[in-house]
Amino acid sequence: VSMPALAFADADDDTLVVNGEIEMITKAAAPAHLADTLDEVISGWHMRSDETQIMQADDFDNPGMIFVEQAMDDWNTVNGEKGKSCASCHGDVEESMTGVRAVYPKWNDSKETVYTMEMQINDCLTDGMGAEAWKKSGAKMARMEALISVQSRGMPMNVAIDGPAEATWELGKELYYTRTGQLDLSCASCHEENYGNHIRSDHLSQGQTNGFPVYRLKNAKLTTAHGRFKGCVRDTRAETYKPGSDEFIALELYVASRGNGLSVEAPSVRN
Amino acid sequence: MKLSILTLAVTLTAGAAMAGPVAPADVAYTEDGAVEASLSGMAGNVENGSKVMTTKSLGNCVACHQISALSHAPFHGTVGPSLDGVADRWTEAELRGILTNSKLTYEGTVMPAYYVVDGFTRPGNGYTGKAAEGPLDPLLSAQQIEDVIAFLATLKE
Ligand code: HEC
Ligand code: HEC
Ligand code: HEC
Repeated sequence: VSMPALAFADADDDTLVVNGEIEMITKAAAPAHLADTLDEVISGWHMRSDETQIMQADDFDNPGMIFVEQAMDDWNTVNGEKGKSCASCHGDVEESMTGVRAVYPKWNDSKETVYTMEMQINDCLTDGMGAEAWKKSGAKMARMEALISVQSRGMPMNVAIDGPAEATWELGKELYYTRTGQLDLSCASCHEENYGNHIRSDHLSQGQTNGFPVYRLKNAKLTTAHGRFKGCVRDTRAETYKPGSDEFIALELYVASRGNGLSVEAPSVRN
Repeated sequence: MKLSILTLAVTLTAGAAMAGPVAPADVAYTEDGAVEASLSGMAGNVENGSKVMTTKSLGNCVACHQISALSHAPFHGTVGPSLDGVADRWTEAELRGILTNSKLTYEGTVMPAYYVVDGFTRPGNGYTGKAAEGPLDPLLSAQQIEDVIAFLATLKE
């Protein structure tokens, strides 16, 4: 059997510099909590074809940037009973949102729970603006997350897993290693034990979330981390969890922590 | 409960007489996880077996295994070992065991168990992402498994 796939079975050695200026850390020493499991954490960018990789290197070629521009309009648009836009409180997104993406999900002191960026945005919409919440993992939410993420591109992911967030992180870890569905596979079955291998035509990555929301060529839109998790769980012939569920919030924190040290890449491009 | 035990007993007796397919719960495994008797009571068909192995909605074996004899089907995965020469490495009973419940041969393997219907966490209704409705069917039928074994038996070096 001809197996050209084997020639690039592992992560390639390419480097990613976006717009000729943002140097992305796409491989990093594994964070301490993974020391017994992995030596290196690797962005999913390395497992994609050259053509797909190149699209992410320049904002003019990155189809995800169209959605970022749309979110910029949302940012400045007055919405809700209080007559406010995001900009009314946060001003210039390029200043106020720098570094935010790298530390989410994070513990929210006043709400006493782990908050995803999506939960915070919906609070701002409902409480801050008197507007309706956006659909969890929906198109508007995904593009706003992308706009906010762009302000942190290149910065290493650095979510906190200790202190009050620890219980949620532990739940996420348990879910990561739980085999589901009639195929009886866990996230680890594919993304820890088999990254670098091919499953059919798919080159398995470590399933990192530093590139989310990602633009998927397959359906020509942005996909959130929860959207991707849902698809992966479904593919084990399992009943999935819902985007925005406690389970996926915990999983988002845990998976994000597995990528601590990798640059925020969103919106990355994937097939 | 009583009723199902009754039906089971009836099926078993009937099975002995007519050699119909054995139910997933009644498969007799050896200590090493092999299965001596044909699951369907019949011989397998090589050609059907190769179809089951390459069809995504059926065995989808090529998703994880490379098989030179099936190189006409695109995109063989690399999660599992190449199956070339597999009939030199395993007896038919052992191959049947690996297919029926891979976990009894390889503890903790990622290879799915093709003739097991219980013990799963959050089993779904196929690939819909919704909860399963009622009892699960095995991933492959008894005869499909026999067909695959017939095909695997041809893989000698
Ligand atoms: C009425 C004021 C107000 C409006 C309007 C508002 N926000 Fe906020 N936003 C806040 C406050 C206050 C916080 C800090 C909340 C906290 O830390 O508990 C915040 C926090 C955030 C954060 C988290 C920042 C961090 O460092 O953790 C994000 C992201 C965010 N807002 C996005 C948005 C978006 C997107 C919109 C518009 C759809 C918006 N906000 C509209 C008041 C507002
Ligand atoms: C049956 C195999 C399989 C299982 C089980 C699985 N995934 Fe995936 N996953 C894939 C494939 C295939 C892709 C697309 C190629 C890639 O990036 O690995 C993917 C992609 C991803 C991505 C996108 C990575 C990127 O850089 O774009 C994330 C995140 C992810 N998976 C997380 C998970 C999580 C969390 C779980 C468990 C809830 C899980 N996966 C379970 C097969 C699987
Ligand atoms: C999700 C991945 C996956 C799928 C799908 C899969 N297998 Fe496997 N298979 C494996 C792995 C991995 C092994 C090696 C056992 C181990 O170390 O866990 C294996 C081992 C085997 C072996 C023993 C191989 C040897 O050389 O000793 C046979 C035979 C086999 N598989 C047949 C099949 C058949 C037939 C199908 C489809 C009906 C199938 N497999 C589907 C992953 C898979």
